[in-house]
This record gives sequence, C-alpha cells and structure tokens, in this order.
Amino acid sequence: MATYTYEHRPDHGAKAGVLAYLATSAAVLLLMMVFGLLMRLEQAQWISIGADRFYQLMTLHGAGMVGIAAIAGASVMWHFLRQHVELSSRIFVANLVLFLAGVVMILASVLLGRFHGAWTFLFPLPAKSMGMWSADAAALFMGGLLVIGVGFLLLHLDVARAIVARYGNFARALGWPQLFGHDDGKAPPPTVVASAMVTIVNVIGLVVGASILTMMLVNLYVPGFDIDPLLAKGMIYFFGHVFINATIYMAVIAVYEILPRYTQRPWKSNKVFLASWTASTLMVLFIFPHHLLMDFAFPKWMLIMGHIIGYLNTVPILVVTGYGALMIVYRSGIRWDMASKLLFLSLFGWAAGAMPAFIDGTITVNYVMHNTLWVPGHFHTYLLLGMVTMVFGFMYYLGKPDHEADDRLIDRIAFWLFASSVLGFTLSFLYSGKESVARRYAAHLPEWLPYDRIASVFAVLVIASSLLFVGRFFARIGLARHDYQRAPVARAATA
Amino acid sequence: MQPIAWQLSLVLMTLVAFGFAFVAINSGRRQDDYAPLQIRAYRLRTRLFWGLVLVFGPAMIYTLMDLPYGATRARTGSGAVQVIDATGYQWRWELSQDHVTAGQPVEFRVTSADVNHGFGIYDANLHLVAQTQGMPGYTNTLRHTFEEPGTYKILCMEYCGVAHHNMMTEIRVDAR
Ligand code: HEM
Ligand SMILES: [Cu+2]
Ligand SMILES: [Cu+2]
Repeated sequence: MATYTYEHRPDHGAKAGVLAYLATSAAVLLLMMVFGLLMRLEQAQWISIGADRFYQLMTLHGAGMVGIAAIAGASVMWHFLRQHVELSSRIFVANLVLFLAGVVMILASVLLGRFHGAWTFLFPLPAKSMGMWSADAAALFMGGLLVIGVGFLLLHLDVARAIVARYGNFARALGWPQLFGHDDGKAPPPTVVASAMVTIVNVIGLVVGASILTMMLVNLYVPGFDIDPLLAKGMIYFFGHVFINATIYMAVIAVYEILPRYTQRPWKSNKVFLASWTASTLMVLFIFPHHLLMDFAFPKWMLIMGHIIGYLNTVPILVVTGYGALMIVYRSGIRWDMASKLLFLSLFGWAAGAMPAFIDGTITVNYVMHNTLWVPGHFHTYLLLGMVTMVFGFMYYLGKPDHEADDRLIDRIAFWLFASSVLGFTLSFLYSGKESVARRYAAHLPEWLPYDRIASVFAVLVIASSLLFVGRFFARIGLARHDYQRAPVARAATA
Repeated sequence: MQPIAWQLSLVLMTLVAFGFAFVAINSGRRQDDYAPLQIRAYRLRTRLFWGLVLVFGPAMIYTLMDLPYGATRARTGSGAVQVIDATGYQWRWELSQDHVTAGQPVEFRVTSADVNHGFGIYDANLHLVAQTQGMPGYTNTLRHTFEEPGTYKILCMEYCGVAHHNMMTEIRVDAR
C-alpha cells in the first residue's frame, strides 16, 4: 500500500469569475430563502398570498435553489480544479452569462406569464394549465432551463477537455489504474477524481434533460408530437436527480481541499477513496427510479434497483467522505474558525440528511411517505446543512483576513444559530412527513398548522444567520482575490 | 410505518451527530504521527462497514418481501374483490363507487384524464395508509384492505396545478 504524506500547497485567491459566481449564488440564495419563508408563512396561515402566487414562489424557489446550488458548486470545483488542469476562463464566464439569461427568462415566465408548473415541469402539466398560463409562458420557462443547461454542458465539456489533456482519459482521471492495479500513490488528487465523476454524470444528465425539454417544447406547439408520460417522467427525474446531486459532489471539493490545510494531514486518493467515487459515479446514474416507486407501471426490476442503490449509495457518503473528515480532524490540533467549523458541519449535514433519504427510498416506506413533507425534509437537510454549508465554509475561507485572524463573536453566535435552526427547520418538515402532511400544498389542513408555524420561526432564524454569513462574504470580497495563507497552522503536539 | 421511519431516522442522525461531536471534542490535542492513527481508523472503518452490511443488508432485503405492486396484497382480506375505478381530473377525483366494506379487499384502478396526479388514501386520523400515482395513459392497480370502518379521504399526491391541494374526495368504509 502506498503511503501518503501531507504536502503543503499555497492558498490561492479566487479569480474574479469565481467571485462573480459566488456573489450571484449568495444573492439569489437569500432571495429564494425569503420565498421559502413566504411559502411556509402561507401554509401557517400567517399571511395570505393565494394559491397561484404560492405555486409561483414554489416554482421559482425550486428552480432558483437548484440553479444557484449548481452555480456555487461549479465555482468551488473550478477554483480548485484550475490548480491542477488548464481551464478556460471564457467558457466559465459564458456559463454565468447563459445562466443569468436563463434566470431572466424564468423570472419573466413566472412573474409576467404566471407560469407555476414547478421546477420539475412534469409532462404534461406545462401544456395543461387549465388557462392559468399560456403555452408561451411555459415555453419561456422550459427555454430558460434549456439555456441554463446548455451553459453547464459547455462548462462540463471544457472540464472534460482539460482533464483529458492532462490525464489522457477518464479512466486515469478516476484513478482506475491505481484502483484495479498496484496503488503507486500517483492517482489524481481528490479534486480531479470528483471533477471527473461530476463531469461524466452531468454531461449525461444534461443531454437527457435537454432532450426532454426539447421534446416538450415541440409538443407545446405541435400537440400531435406525442410523448409517453412515463418516459418523460423517467427522463425528468433522471436529469433532476443527477443535476442536484452533482452540486454536492462539486461542493465537497472544498472540504477535500481545505480541511487538509487546517490539519496538515493528507486527504489522498487511496484505493477506498477511488472505489467509492467510481461506485458513486454509477450509483448516481442508476438510482433515479427511486423517484418513481409509486409508478406501479414502471418496470419492476428498475424500481427494485432504485430501492437497493438507495441503500448502497449511502455507504460512500458515510464510510468514505464523512468518515474521512472525522479521521483527519481527530487529534489533529485543528484550529476551529468559521471556515473549518462550517466545512465540518457540512459533512455532518450531508451524512445526517442521507439517513431519512435512504429510508424514504425503501419501497414499503415510500408507499406511505412519497410526496409528503418527508421528502423536502431530507433534501433540505443535505442541501442546506450539507451543500450550502460547504459553500458558506468556502466563502469564509476565501475572505479570511489572515491565517491568525479571529472570528467575531457575532459570527460564532450565527454559526450555532444556523446549525440549530436548520435542524429545527428540517426536523419540522420530517415530522410533518411522519404526520402524512402532503408536500406542495398551498393550503394545509387545520391539523397541520402547528408544524408550519414552528417551521416558519426556524426559517426566520436560518435566514438571519445566512444573512450574516453572506454579508461577511461581501464585506471581505476584496480580500478573496489575493494569494496568501488563510488556513491557520494546527496546534503543535504537546508531549 | 411512519413512526418507525421517524424514530429510525432520529436514532441514525443522532448516531452520526455523536460521531462528529466525539471527533470535534477530541480534535484539540495533536498527535503528530498520523500513520498509527490511520491504521487504527482504517481497522475501525472496516468493522463499521461490515456492521452496516450486517444490519442494513438484511433490512434492505426484508423490506423487499412485501411490495405493494403484486396481487398478493389482496389476499390479506377475505371475500370478493371490490373494484373501484379512480380517474384524476384537474382538479377532482371521479370514483366508480365511493363506499366499500371493511375486511374485504379493494382494488383501485387509478389513472388520469389529463396530467399526473397521486392517489393517496388517508384514514380518519389523517394518516396516509396507501398511495399510487395516477398517470395519463397508464392504469396503476392499488390493492388495499380496509380494516377499520369509517370515512377515508383521498388526497392528491402529485402536483397538478393551482388547485392541487383542493383535490380531495371521500370513501366510506362500512362495517361488515
Ligand atoms: C431558509 C431556507 C429555506 C426555506 C425556508 C425553504 C422553504 C421551502 C418550502 C416551504 C418548500 C415547499 C415545501 C412544500 O412542498 O410544501 C421548499 C421546497 C424546495 N426547496 Fe426550499 N427552503 C429553504 C432552503 C432551500 C435550499 C438551500 C435549497 C437548495 C439548495 C432548497 C431547495 C428546495 C427545492 C428543490 C424544493 C422543491 C420545490 C418543489 O417541490 O417544486 N430550499 N422549500
Ligand atoms: Cu391531482
Ligand atoms: Cu395534485
């Protein structure tokens, strides 16, 4: 077995493009959080905005959050991957421009065209609104998604090109020679392995997503162009599942890169690591039937496959990435600051959110929990306490004034406020799911109101603490561009 | 089923939290030599892995035994199968019949006339007891035997537009 030692690499500042990505994500994140709060308040009957506006907000919240998660994840990946391979800044910026163009289209579709067919645009709902929105509004929404998808496809193709230029092919980038042969310790670093995985799954996912969007756009104007609803559903969830999962697999690069700098311990691509990423590549592609468990007409073997992969998929998250973080932190003398705390917390969030997720993927459980608030319960746990928390950690890292700088008291308070209020918020969703509260309901039954009200209070606290994190990032954005040591040196061993 | 899922989730999430808290508490004093730590940690990880396989492997297989898809479900009750055709429309349900007898299997043939809907059966305490999707062009057969008489609600479980949350109807289950 190869031995691994920590090699120090300097902390680089972020290119302007990375900061533009992060600034966009942060601003949209806050706005979408407020939309989320408005939905919760409406369900709690503390405000009254009406069902059509509720579903418009739901559509924007879903599309917006998934979009900025992808933008933020891409910025993390690009920032660190650039230190290993030659990436094109132009394409990176082009993706952001296309993203913003898509956002404008989506906003126009929802706010002017009153489209509210949800971010999942499930066929044939966009074409059948009962007069609530026009075919043009639906086309604008799906066109906006398509534009955003094309941008990401370009970005991933550039990443693919750069990886192949440096490593020859994807098998080498995934470390297969070391995984299946002798581990000479020369497998590509975790950042490259993760980027290769994300590129593979997202290119496939985006092509499938773009295909179904195009088919549905044609169908909007030429209804004779028939689409099988079950096929459409399968394609949409394939794309949706891959795309949102890829955001976490991109953002986790921040953990792989930054925690070792704090602990001066290596996080290397050994055999177990490589095996887990190769397994994740396959599992992320084949797990999507777990969204279709209640479609009894879907091929049964695929549903059972979804059930099984749901269990297996949890293993790399827990035993490799989560456990890996525990290993390098244990007795490391790490100095805890906002960046290291948030990154550590984020892996807890990811692993914790995976628990209710795989349970829901159990067919007999899904039978009584599918499309209840259990579902937003688990994905808000790993997106908000996992994915978004990774990005917050990355922002604090970039903006850290110097490696010995102390955090302000208010930031430390906000950290605990954030951690506890996110848990409170997501547990309210999960508890509602246990109580069979259906998801995506603009109006709740009287029995359900108490959970909505508790969740609303937690949501306010989540937003307050996030506001502080984002404010701090913007205040320090000037520092983020410069190259200097950010990670504090771990405490020396005391004999 | 739901209370089990909830309690199991809480237990597992708490265990994960303990793992992270334990490490955070033991992070302060540095042990410079990482290699022996790694060896111990890898050994523990192998045990953890097999522990997970031993606990969750059988659970994963066991939960596959009683799938809602097959015809076996109908055998839980006795007597003739009561068939109800259920069709979803934006935004109402059309049932071929809205009362059944308890203890006797019911077969719902669920489909949709327009977009995707979800056919969710709620008991008198508003707990979801069974569901399937209602999809245009397909018929999903849901088999359920009502044990308790009473009034059950049908709620829509798939987002289908602006009145999705109002798409409700009722089924009366009479005592035998
Ligand atoms: C303060 C933070 C947040 C609040 C208050 C919030 C609130 C909500 C609410 C109320 C819903 C609808 C639940 C229902 O079905 O009734 C929802 C759905 C959703 N949220 Fe959030 N959320 C927050 C953060 C996030 C984040 C950070 C993400 C992703 C990165 C996210 C992604 C989503 C998605 C994808 C949906 C599904 C939309 C759909 O069903 O079409 N949310 N959220
Ligand atoms: Cu419906
Ligand atoms: Cu509905």
